[in-house]
Amino acid sequence: MLTFTIRRLILAIPTLLFISLVIFLLLELAPGDPMAQVPLTVPPEVKEKMRLALGLGEPGYVRFWKWLVQFFWIEPQVLIDHYFGTAFSEGKLRVISWQHRAPVMDVVVQRLPQTMWVVGMSYVVGILIALPIGIYSAYRQYSVFDQAGTFITMIGYSIPPFFTGPLVIVIFSVQLGWFPFIYDTTHKVTDWDSFIYQLRQMIMPVMVLALQTTAQISRYMRASMLDNLNQDYVRTARAKGLSERVVVLVHVLRNSMIPVVTVIALGLPAIFGGAIITEQIFSVNGIGAQLIGAIQANDLPTVQTLTFMFAFLIVFFNLIADVLYGILDPRIRYD
Amino acid sequence: MRIKTLVLGAAVAFAMTPAAMAAERGSDGHVNIIYWQAPSILNPFLSGGTKDIESASLVIEPLGRYDPNGNLVPYLAEEIPTVDNGGVSEDLKSITWKLKPGLLWSDGSPVTSADVKFTADYCMDPEGGCAQLAKFDGVDTVEIVDDLTVKVNFSEPKPNPYGPFMGGQSPIIQMAQFKNCMGAKAPECTEANFAPIGTGPFVVDEFKPNDVISMSANPNYRDPAKPAFATLTFKGGGDATAAGRAVLETGEFDYAWNLQLAPDVLAKMAEGGKGKPIAAFGSLVERLEMNLTDPSPSLDADTRSTRKAPHPFLSDINVRKALSMAIDRNLLVEIGYGQAGRPTCNLVPGPAVYASDNTDCLTQDIAGANALLDKAGWVKGADGIRAKDGVRLSILYQTSTNAVRQDFQALIKQWWGEIGVETELRNLNASVFFGGDPGSPDTFQKFYADVEMYANNFDGTDPQAYLSMYRCNNEPRPETQWQGENINRFCDPEYDKLVDELSRTSDLETRYALSKKMNEMLTKETYTIVPLVDRGRVSAHANSLGGVVLNTWDSELWNVADWYRIK
Amino acid sequence: MTELSNPQPATPPRSQWVDVWHQFKAHKGALLGGVIFIVIVLGVFIGPWLWPYDSQFIDIRARNQGPSWAHPFGTDQLGRDTLARMMAGGQTSISVGLTAMLLALGLGSFIGITAGFFKRLDGPLMRLTDLFLALPILPLLLVMMLLFREPLSAAVGPERGIFILIVVAIGITSWMPTARIVRGDVLALKEREFILAARSIGTPNSRMITRHILPNVLSPIMVSATLGIANAIITESALSFLGLGFPPDFPTWGRLLNDATQYLQDYPERVFWPGLAISLTVLSVNYLGDGLRDALDPRIRGR
Repeated sequence: MLTFTIRRLILAIPTLLFISLVIFLLLELAPGDPMAQVPLTVPPEVKEKMRLALGLGEPGYVRFWKWLVQFFWIEPQVLIDHYFGTAFSEGKLRVISWQHRAPVMDVVVQRLPQTMWVVGMSYVVGILIALPIGIYSAYRQYSVFDQAGTFITMIGYSIPPFFTGPLVIVIFSVQLGWFPFIYDTTHKVTDWDSFIYQLRQMIMPVMVLALQTTAQISRYMRASMLDNLNQDYVRTARAKGLSERVVVLVHVLRNSMIPVVTVIALGLPAIFGGAIITEQIFSVNGIGAQLIGAIQANDLPTVQTLTFMFAFLIVFFNLIADVLYGILDPRIRYD
Repeated sequence: MRIKTLVLGAAVAFAMTPAAMAAERGSDGHVNIIYWQAPSILNPFLSGGTKDIESASLVIEPLGRYDPNGNLVPYLAEEIPTVDNGGVSEDLKSITWKLKPGLLWSDGSPVTSADVKFTADYCMDPEGGCAQLAKFDGVDTVEIVDDLTVKVNFSEPKPNPYGPFMGGQSPIIQMAQFKNCMGAKAPECTEANFAPIGTGPFVVDEFKPNDVISMSANPNYRDPAKPAFATLTFKGGGDATAAGRAVLETGEFDYAWNLQLAPDVLAKMAEGGKGKPIAAFGSLVERLEMNLTDPSPSLDADTRSTRKAPHPFLSDINVRKALSMAIDRNLLVEIGYGQAGRPTCNLVPGPAVYASDNTDCLTQDIAGANALLDKAGWVKGADGIRAKDGVRLSILYQTSTNAVRQDFQALIKQWWGEIGVETELRNLNASVFFGGDPGSPDTFQKFYADVEMYANNFDGTDPQAYLSMYRCNNEPRPETQWQGENINRFCDPEYDKLVDELSRTSDLETRYALSKKMNEMLTKETYTIVPLVDRGRVSAHANSLGGVVLNTWDSELWNVADWYRIK
Repeated sequence: MTELSNPQPATPPRSQWVDVWHQFKAHKGALLGGVIFIVIVLGVFIGPWLWPYDSQFIDIRARNQGPSWAHPFGTDQLGRDTLARMMAGGQTSISVGLTAMLLALGLGSFIGITAGFFKRLDGPLMRLTDLFLALPILPLLLVMMLLFREPLSAAVGPERGIFILIVVAIGITSWMPTARIVRGDVLALKEREFILAARSIGTPNSRMITRHILPNVLSPIMVSATLGIANAIITESALSFLGLGFPPDFPTWGRLLNDATQYLQDYPERVFWPGLAISLTVLSVNYLGDGLRDALDPRIRGR
């Protein structure tokens, strides 16, 4: 398993480089213009000068090379400087956004807290609700609990956040006045009261997002449990006299986790990626909002950087999932 | 943060004392503003976006602004220079501005004419990519006369010399802060671009790009009693619905910008009772643009949608006129804009002195349109679609994606169907449609459609540059990489003569007359442009926020120093 | 290479498909789901023939009406009949949902099984999956529109061209989770005793996959199918919302729901119908999938 992991890690480098190239070419090919959001009152000659100032006059391969150098060579230096107070990166040009002309990574760092609070928390909540629902639904297949669970999760999944978001706002903010719905990113948690405020402003976006996660994971959990509950080894375990609890929660669960692990590993990069629609509805302004804003403004350096970071996380978490398969089911061998 | 709390505490203490009528700076505590488009940078010279210009207007100010009626009012300048007061030279080739004495930057240093000259140099640097370069169009030199006086020389007579340093688009920035940020280095000065030192009522405490700005009162603001608010939060992001709700229904915010919402949705929100919507009109007109050239995909790329190939049926004025007659503009306003719109037949709907009294198009006339087309030889075929010489009246009608625009498309398609015109609708992603990517077939400049709909306006109050867009050879075409402003490919030598005349004329009455004539040539005489709605701006403020005066000729936040809390 | 067509049963007296059908019939949920699904499909495809209003006809005087005899579902902000729009929208949404889901499912299962089963292909195929997961969707769609819209509409007509484009766009951006989930299951299955047994009697790979692997990974595939159809319907509306989808006068359920959301407070009934239609379709497909999976599981069958 160790050699497998190491081999995969090494293989990940060319993979990621290739992915970054494909992303770059895709963005080059995509129609769009960083000047699209500049008002029409600005004449075309001025817009052309602004494009040149952004470096758009240079050929594509030069810009790609510059991005590679900035991202893989200069940004790590900035990180080192930040932690050790050194000055490797001084005077070197970082990956600069076309929208706000500031380093992309600074904005990413600025937006991580709210993304983690909201999207990360929704994922945790979603998983915590989904697993028990999935397990119990499968164990008591076609019981009232199972039917109700199926019904609610499927409706939850078929109704998109662009509807549930405004719905909870109208109910809980406008009608009942319980929660604020414009997320305050300047809020800092310092004491109990501010913590309570943080909870109140988080609860609606977290619930809206968790609904989707819950539906998805609980369905896979249930299906996988059902597959395993009828296996011979379950009968054997029961025949041995193991308690029902141990049979279900140890033997069956462990063997049913493979698809669930896959789904969770697929979802984790998305935490970092944020949730575009929900973030917008609640003005959370996390990384999802940053990405969609950059795409709409055709801010290529930002899009390229963020997309590449997702790519990295995707490759990384998929590797973790593969390693976990081997742990969950030792028969799986990769070499 | 701690200081902020202290100030807030102090403010609350002040608020307790009776009769605190905004006599003291910072006595009214905190104010929350929400813009559903978040500002990305506070340097308007590096971004043309409205959100950036307006948020920056809290911090940096120009020499003069436009007031809600479109009049010029001095801000940093002592008075507005005119020919009468000698500020503008007789030959219209120079303008001399005098700064108010004793002005201070928020860091305490004095504002001098060197800062003003520096601002011009900064924007006119050829490598800087300044978004407001058009404001400095025709500027030859900027001279420092003395510490408080600066003279702008133009290379040729400028009937409207109020381009530089006037309005939210060209505020004065501090030389000391920006002197190392000239030209190619402009984008590297993140700190300066995010927190410019200004003369405005507020200073930036923290700026999170595309998210939120925290500000506090400028201790060196020129009026010691203002601003009434000690701190300000400028939140960006979300959508117009959320912004409207936050002010009108839940009261979380005090001011919301540009609520582009369906009229009944807005009306329902206003019933929330926490605030009220306000509207004002500027020069923004939603219009149909007729393509006078042939966009047929069968033509090769060098001919398609260029003047080499005239449009098969839209080149017939009767068709264009009939298309306009079939539209009920009053209904469009009622459905799409409510109090934020007025039906119009003018490309230049304001200021009033420039607006032509052209109201012919306001009544819908389907029968008349049918008669006109019959007379012009367009006869209905078996499928109900008119045709002449094998050319069918079949229109591809495109616009950007936006709920109101899609409703307009559906309505207009139905009306055109009633006069025997077939319509295919297409909506395009705004960032592609309004982008200038010459590789994309879907930009509004390329105009690979018969009719398109969007809105446009002009900066300030003078329509000269706006009307000059429609001269011959200013159209987008392959040789110009499809850049150009004459979207309709309109070309009339008579019109070009008027454009030249307008650029030489300084007499205001003549300018008004010329503008009206040009406006009519484009609209009611040729139906090249079919205006639909004069779109106003709707914003909303909380009931407890006083002093708000909506201004569409300049930044909406132009008088934020006068805002106060109603107690 | 591998042949994925169904091996013809060697005409036994009682074929397994008869068994499957018997089991399926006995599954109450599946039957109910099937009936609802057929009713919805018939309703949206046959309904417009019987209903007098056209989905695009604007009667501006009748706008914003509540339910009445003339307009049982009310009318929208331009006075278009909501029932007619629901039926027209259903045609598009169901066609897009089903085809895109089938495409994604087919692609995902194929890649997942191939990657899991053939060790040599695992690496390349999974890196391909990573690549597709990493691609930013919006620019990808913009590029697809740019490259293929005009040629396609010239070849098959504008509406069908857009339909193909949307289905393909949704399909190729949503097969990856299925592929990874299926692959994970196949990796584990491959090491089971019965596979070993089958291999030891010389079962060829193609039969191995169709007879032994595929039936055993059916349950995650069925879940993907249900979630996939909901996803496709919603994604389609997101595409139109971004101006990348059908022409604006073309109703779809997702778009109806989206348009109605802004009138949530004024006319709450307007969001109800599209929401209900999407949920019912997804639920019925879910129960159908449940029934199918149970019917195809030999261990459950006959109990």
